[in-house]
Amino acid sequence: MADPMKIRAVAQADQVEVKILMAHEEETGLRKGPDGGIVPAHFISNVSVRYADREVKRAQWGPAIAKNPFMQFAFRGAARGAELTVTWVDNRGESRTDHVTVA
Amino acid sequence: MTPRSWLARTGAFIVVTLASTVGHRGAEAADDPFSSYRQMLGEDNPAELAVARGEEVWKTPRGPSNASLAGCDLGLGPGVVSGAYASLPRYFADTDSVMDFETRLVHCMVTVQGFARDELTAKPFSERGARQTDLEVLTAYAATQSRGTTIDVPQQVRQERESYARGRALFYRRAGPYDFACATCHSADHRRIRLQELPNLTGAEGARSAFEHWPAYRISQGAVRTMQWRLSDCVRQQRLPELVFGSQASIDLITYLGVLARGGAMDAPSLRR
Amino acid sequence: MRRGSIVLLIVLGLAGCSTPRDQAAVAGDLTPIIRSSFRARGQAGLDRLEQTGMQRLCSSPQADALPADLKQRLQREALESVRYPDDGRWLGDWQRGEQIAQSGVGLQYSDKPEAPHGGNCYACHQLSGSEIAFGTIGPSLYRYRERNEGGVDSMRRTWERIWNAHAFNACSLMPRFGDAGILTPDQIRDLMALLLDPQSPVNR
Repeated sequence: MADPMKIRAVAQADQVEVKILMAHEEETGLRKGPDGGIVPAHFISNVSVRYADREVKRAQWGPAIAKNPFMQFAFRGAARGAELTVTWVDNRGESRTDHVTVA
Repeated sequence: MTPRSWLARTGAFIVVTLASTVGHRGAEAADDPFSSYRQMLGEDNPAELAVARGEEVWKTPRGPSNASLAGCDLGLGPGVVSGAYASLPRYFADTDSVMDFETRLVHCMVTVQGFARDELTAKPFSERGARQTDLEVLTAYAATQSRGTTIDVPQQVRQERESYARGRALFYRRAGPYDFACATCHSADHRRIRLQELPNLTGAEGARSAFEHWPAYRISQGAVRTMQWRLSDCVRQQRLPELVFGSQASIDLITYLGVLARGGAMDAPSLRR
Repeated sequence: MRRGSIVLLIVLGLAGCSTPRDQAAVAGDLTPIIRSSFRARGQAGLDRLEQTGMQRLCSSPQADALPADLKQRLQREALESVRYPDDGRWLGDWQRGEQIAQSGVGLQYSDKPEAPHGGNCYACHQLSGSEIAFGTIGPSLYRYRERNEGGVDSMRRTWERIWNAHAFNACSLMPRFGDAGILTPDQIRDLMALLLDPQSPVNR
């Protein structure tokens, strides 16, 4: 199972600001490894943030995203105490889901 | 302007702003486009991932003795991690030697947990793209536990003073096909290699800017790198043979830097180029 | 005792007196520490840690303030070390020179030994006007030709400086690109062209 994400969600005025740090090696598939062979591509392809029954953020990423991606966004419609679920899926079908309570 | 020179200018501009922000955290120019990026990032730093893992590794019983590192004495007493990083290197009576954090950590993993020293030090640093080593994440964790602590590398004991003197002599020692010493690059203000500013490590201000900020998440490496790594990578670029991990010379150089940095405040792991 | 030895002892004595701490611990003989602290790797052998006479003298924290006659001696010896072009050709190709100046490859244990070395000039110097990623450890070489009219004298001085910068500045920070075998004479000719050819971007 992949390493956990570090997620912070803070309620501010009428919106929630979410910051997510994901642990992922983000290999482009273009780099040569120490043995001279190409290191296979391994990168997050989809990110989804859900609150209650809605998806509040969706991202489709490619190999250009840097290692250990950091994403920040804000949305309306939730308050302190709300529980968010963050999921990423990568190009190999591996995934990771973590939860956070809005502070 | 030719496309090539436009590319060089743009690339160099990006490098300039990155170098200037990373080199002078908290003192960016108003027109620096990276200040808004840093504001967004706030206190977040990919090193947090290593710190979280480091804390887990520290507290988990491991090794042939199935013990956690809770019993490790980093100089402030067994089990005291908070603030300990800021007063290393120091003399330890139980080994009758001056040790920096990373050598003391290996000592604890050997004596408390039963790990074999050679296995721990064979590959102390992770390869590009690979998972961080235990030593790296443990160093990141311990450094965070000293964030804000005043640097107080001691010079009470004869061996500590001798380590400083040797470190200083090593700092100025010119050798190799390029005749490089540490001092060649690090002995004056406002020097830079290409666009990377170089701290002046002969005085408190430069020594603090270095000592306070290592270990660091090194963006270009995509990993947390430690002070031992920083020294060994300099030595490689000096065209010298490999600086052995935890060697006397490495400890002495860190003592030299740490003593000059006294009075500063630890702020590691930081975010570097 | 020979005069040179007296001067050497004075220099070492001055170096020893310079430790700032009130209890001035002495570094002592670093040899055993160095032997145990380094490991041969790739093309970087332990022999690289042995110091030449010049390196030893220039390792003093007060290397800037060496006695005048010691400086003269180092400079004279450095000048004597220079090997001039055997065919009298001073200048090569500035485009190759620019590549040599841009490349930082060579002599590290991470470098392939057979790969051509770069001079890494931009690490320390400004050269071409359009390259803004330049270092400031050495003086700017932009518009070098204006300040060094291009006659045989300036060719020879420039060659000497690249070959062994200590010829003009004892304990110079600049590597001895010719004397230490970092660059070949052909590569130095190309750097000479980068600096002195009127068509070079350094001079336009």
